[in-house]
Amino acid sequence: MISGAGLVAILPLLLLAVTPVALMLISTIHRSHRMALGLTLLGLAASFGSLWIAADVAPQRVTALLTIDQYALVYFGMIIAATVAVAGLAYGYLEQHAVEKEEFYILLVTATLGAAVLAASSHFVSFFLGLEILSISLYALNAYIYSRKTALEAGIKYLVLAAASAAILLFGMALIYAAVGTMEFGHMAELMTETAGPNRTLLLPGLAMVITGMAFKLALVPFHMWTPDVYQGAPPPVAAFIATVSKGGIFALLLRYFYRLELHNYAPVVVVFTIIAIASMLGGNLLALLQPNVKRILAYSSIAHMGYVLVAFIASGMLAVEAVTFYLIAYFVTIIGAFGVVTVLSSREYDAESLEAYRGLFWRRPALAGVMTAMLLSLIGIPVTAGFIGKFYVVAAGASSSAWALIIILVISSSVGAFYYLRVIFALYAGTPEAAERSAEVAPRMAFGSSVLVVLTLLLVWLGVYPAPLLHVIRAALPG
Amino acid sequence: MILVWFIAILAVGGAACWVVARWSTAVCRWIALAATAADFVLSLALWIRNYPVNLLRQQYWLLQVNWTWFNDAGIHFHLAIDGLSLLLVVLTFFLGIVSVLASWTEIREGVGFFHLNLLWVLAGITGVFLAVDLFLFYFAWELMLIPMYFLIAIWGHERRVYAAVKFFLFTQLSGLLMLISILALYFIHHSATGVYSFEYSDLIGTSMPLHVAVWVMLGFFIAFAVKLPMVPVHTWLPDAHTEAPTAGSVILAGLLLKTGAYGLLRFVVPLFPTAAHWFSPVATILAVIGILYGAVLAFAQTDLKRLVAYTSVSHLGFVLLGIFVWNKLALEGALITIIAHGISTGALFVLVGALQERIHTREMDRTGGLWQTIPRLSGAAMFFVMASIGLPGLGDFVGEFLILLGTYKVSVGLTVAAAIGVLFSTLYGLKFIQRALHGSNNHHWELHDLFAREVVIIAPMILILLWLGLFPQPVLNTFTATMDKLQQTASQQQQAYEGGQQ
Repeated sequence: MISGAGLVAILPLLLLAVTPVALMLISTIHRSHRMALGLTLLGLAASFGSLWIAADVAPQRVTALLTIDQYALVYFGMIIAATVAVAGLAYGYLEQHAVEKEEFYILLVTATLGAAVLAASSHFVSFFLGLEILSISLYALNAYIYSRKTALEAGIKYLVLAAASAAILLFGMALIYAAVGTMEFGHMAELMTETAGPNRTLLLPGLAMVITGMAFKLALVPFHMWTPDVYQGAPPPVAAFIATVSKGGIFALLLRYFYRLELHNYAPVVVVFTIIAIASMLGGNLLALLQPNVKRILAYSSIAHMGYVLVAFIASGMLAVEAVTFYLIAYFVTIIGAFGVVTVLSSREYDAESLEAYRGLFWRRPALAGVMTAMLLSLIGIPVTAGFIGKFYVVAAGASSSAWALIIILVISSSVGAFYYLRVIFALYAGTPEAAERSAEVAPRMAFGSSVLVVLTLLLVWLGVYPAPLLHVIRAALPG
Repeated sequence: MILVWFIAILAVGGAACWVVARWSTAVCRWIALAATAADFVLSLALWIRNYPVNLLRQQYWLLQVNWTWFNDAGIHFHLAIDGLSLLLVVLTFFLGIVSVLASWTEIREGVGFFHLNLLWVLAGITGVFLAVDLFLFYFAWELMLIPMYFLIAIWGHERRVYAAVKFFLFTQLSGLLMLISILALYFIHHSATGVYSFEYSDLIGTSMPLHVAVWVMLGFFIAFAVKLPMVPVHTWLPDAHTEAPTAGSVILAGLLLKTGAYGLLRFVVPLFPTAAHWFSPVATILAVIGILYGAVLAFAQTDLKRLVAYTSVSHLGFVLLGIFVWNKLALEGALITIIAHGISTGALFVLVGALQERIHTREMDRTGGLWQTIPRLSGAAMFFVMASIGLPGLGDFVGEFLILLGTYKVSVGLTVAAAIGVLFSTLYGLKFIQRALHGSNNHHWELHDLFAREVVIIAPMILILLWLGLFPQPVLNTFTATMDKLQQTASQQQQAYEGGQQ
């Protein structure tokens, strides 16, 4: 039974669940894009606000499935805030397209609920439920502009691969359950150390398959194949959502799972993660090098960035959780900002994905180019942006546990990575002011998206210059 | 507070330039000039008021600003100045004025954004010279990269993209290696003392085994050696210098390279004296190779800007040699060379830039006989070439001579090899004069001689070089106290280490 305090603790989740239902009901009576957005934002704001109410009763175990602690609440906050930004960006984008607009928000908030469940989950059942709520909404979101072939391709590809990875994940869970006889993380930790004999042989393949399932969602090499196609085909706000909310939810779970089970004492698991991290850092950056498509560049860059996060994660010193969480927040702000610029630049016919669309942007729309530059510099990790503090933190986490080889690979691959970000930056500033004036274009109106970008840029700089208050919050939040 | 003002004036001035340029580019240029000039006057006043810069026994800094930034991690916004940074800051603002004036007619497109970048790169460089919290230092170190990248990539010449990206990647990679070293030092210091601190004066006594110290030092060393640049990591320099607009070249040669030298002086040797001592044979040999290689390659160039660029490799080789020899004479020589090279090479870039504005080429084949049409520009060019090849009586000579003297005490062989480098420098110097300035005016150039604005830039630079060449004592006096301090900390630590060994 759920106690009263338990109900208060899951209030953010309940509000997230109520919002799509309300949206659905209201849309049947009266369709209005503006109202749908308003209602979505209202629901998200209410859920965000309820985090403080939930924090009063945290930590709480709510049934065996969910653990609402400070850690889960921090991730809730990240996920909800990211969704707000994505919804804001999507509004202007959807206005351009002749599709039903209200359902987008229903799917979006449902996916957010799935990601939030992942962040709070401490049981295989809630893990799988959260994952599926998230994934199924994403299938539809990916293919939302269904008149485009690339969008359909993205949707189908994501559907097939995500379903396959979910199957693998499920198989892994079954094996672990067979070995230890529980699906609850805390219990599993105790039983795993005692397990011996043939059961132990089941445990390792089980763990490997669970890790594979998560790595698919995080788009880590060698499970990254779907990423560029999906990022390219999906509407840019959805791509931003996949890069942030979806991955954030999984990472929150991965961290909790890892810490509960004390898997860093498990040598084979650590080796596997080390290899995946190295492959992701190098692979992501090398594959992006000669890409002429900005969306694909961001896709490959997201692979590399997840590799960086893994470095902090593997280092697992006392700084690890802090570093991972901060890096993810910095990455959230940055990548939503970058996809935000793509969104704002996109028109009804094309998404702004070729480098050509960005050539000389600075001389035409300096503010937009400035935002894009800030985001790209943050991805490189240049000071005054959140990315700098993030990278600093990751390297510090690595150094504090003497993971020198990993850090050096991080450093080298991120320098390689600087190359393709610079290509985009150069395109932004190419050409001359005069040439740009001649081809001056009428900017499509995306007031809402633009204001989201302004907020993100301010946030980016604030986190880059004075992250202390945020770090204070993160530090208090260890996964239980 | 004056230290914060130094940076704030440039940063705000740059932003103001950008905003104002929409309405008037002239006002933008004047704002930039005013900002650099204001800083220059402030820094001169600071110098004169405190001359000669004496430091008390327990005192590291002449002036400082120390604000807490992230308390838990021991990160402070800590700016401080002593004799060494004071001289470099004065140089920064002086060359800042020069580069604003040098761009006055050269830059016609994107004027506002150009000056924004120009002033911000100066602000970043000032930050590097003043930061004594290693986190802040790294922050400023990375920050100065971006505006410089834009200066080259947007307003550069033919191969600007290639040059800018190469510059960026070299500095970025080496900077990250330094970040690893900074963090390693930070954690080593923490495990020894239990205190988290990025503070220079805290970290300076950190003791660690030699093999660890060598690795940590190398991270710093590579970052600074790339900036310096040291052979074989110099390859970004000829491209960046050649392709950058005039102001970019002046700042690169005059200031950015000096941040490398400054880093070696301020951090590498004092923080890791034992490791630096262990490493000094390698460093000094690479320095001498750089001196010779830079001079030979300079001689082989036909592009005037590229020629001047390679001379920097040679001159900075002297600086590296002086720093790793680490005795009084050599250090004084290194300091004078740092300043004199900044002025003389900066002036040469200004003149080549002025020439390019007039004849739209930098190829020596297209020049020749310029003396007949533009005697004042040619005369000035000859003066700075002479300075650059080490004519006695001018600044560069004093610096290189002192370095050679200091090196002689340590190794005769290195001194001889480095002295041959001086000989080579006459070759490229004379080639420059002969091919570009002398001869008959085959191409029938008829050009406008130096404008008043250009005279205003060049004349003070001539005077400074004469001053450094004839009476360098004020500069040396300013440096003495700091140098003693640096040497003292280094030797104390080394003794402690040797004491521990016995």
